[in-house]
Amino acid sequence: MASLKDLKNRIDSVKSTQKITKAMQMVAAAKLRRAQEAAEAARPYAQRMAAVMANLSTAMSGTPGASPLLVGTGKSDAYLLVVMTADRGLCGGFNTNIVKKARERVTALKAEGKDVKIICVGKKGADQLKRNFASLIVDKMDLSAEKTISGATAARIGDKIRLMFENGEFDVCELVSAEFVSVISQKPRAKVLIPAIDAIDEGVERPDLGGAVYDAEPDEETILNVLLPRYADTVILSALLENVAGEMGAKMAAMDNATRNAGELIDKLNLVYNRTRQAQITTELTEIISGAEAL
Amino acid sequence: MADKLHFDLVSPERRLFAGDVDQVVVPGEEGDFGVLPNHAPFMSVIRAGAITVIDGGTETRTFIHGGFAEVTPAGLTILAEEAIAVADIDAAKLSQDLADAREDVTAAKSDEEREQASVLVAKYEAMQAVVAH
Repeated sequence: MASLKDLKNRIDSVKSTQKITKAMQMVAAAKLRRAQEAAEAARPYAQRMAAVMANLSTAMSGTPGASPLLVGTGKSDAYLLVVMTADRGLCGGFNTNIVKKARERVTALKAEGKDVKIICVGKKGADQLKRNFASLIVDKMDLSAEKTISGATAARIGDKIRLMFENGEFDVCELVSAEFVSVISQKPRAKVLIPAIDAIDEGVERPDLGGAVYDAEPDEETILNVLLPRYADTVILSALLENVAGEMGAKMAAMDNATRNAGELIDKLNLVYNRTRQAQITTELTEIISGAEAL
Repeated sequence: MADKLHFDLVSPERRLFAGDVDQVVVPGEEGDFGVLPNHAPFMSVIRAGAITVIDGGTETRTFIHGGFAEVTPAGLTILAEEAIAVADIDAAKLSQDLADAREDVTAAKSDEEREQASVLVAKYEAMQAVVAH
């Protein structure tokens, strides 16, 4: 049986752990709110961009000179998976779920005989994926140094992907990240980024032009060529922002659980502590009484 | 003036302006153009420069960098990579930034660095032109 002092130490240590998890939960809650606001704020741009892209792409995709970023290379032999995870752990199954999804995609694509390359955005994904697919990882990006995810961050990732595309290193690019369903639920998903024509949602609302045709300046092709990289960056940015929100949601839930578990453990330990104390007092009393009787 | 033009200015991070105004002058790639209510559908790439929003006799100027304008019957939308109100630009800091960027161009070790720095120089020069105007 543990001594009273041991029990006391144990209770104190669990209490300080509980304080830490409680604090982490509150920090995650505050960050979640900020992340949600950021994701919310980025939405109008993404929506507008998607609408413009939908308009232009339908007009342009039929023409022979259409950019390969839009219509693809005409092959689908090599895939690039951009796996976006968090840089930190302690957020439940968040990273693991994304990595699992990525692993499924890689296995499925390999089974189809495709060539697969992986870019890891976020430390945790790289750590977990290198166990199985170390040879497929072509690049790793660590975002822990950035205070906030901005358009520049997305552009950096986008530039890297486009450079690889121009060098003909892959035909199709997919983003694997978490979809923010709600604070307590994040669903990993794989989304096509290149060719853009496959990425544009059918459900995008197109402005009613009343039968008129767009005038474009300088011309539609130039505009499209300017817009395509930006569109990709926008998609990357919203995926990143959604990921941060998801990470914080998952962390909040995980830390809430940990706090509750610590509370339960403290209750149990307190019970044992009190019982032990009582037993000790009883023993002491018995000793005193029997000592007194012996006199 | 009965009709008003619905104008949205959005950057990747947030919506900067949304509302009804009288007129917006936009620096298009091939020259400035003004957008009034009921403008024909139109889209254009924007060069770095200032947009001028005219509403009720007051003019507000905003510097935008890298973007795209779209006019639909619903109104004008500008998707800007970067936007800052001209009134908020600090002229002293701007000249310092410009000088720094120019230095970076000469000091650049690789083509990539040089290119990045020249983009910045172009941006700051455009900003300075806007402020001086």
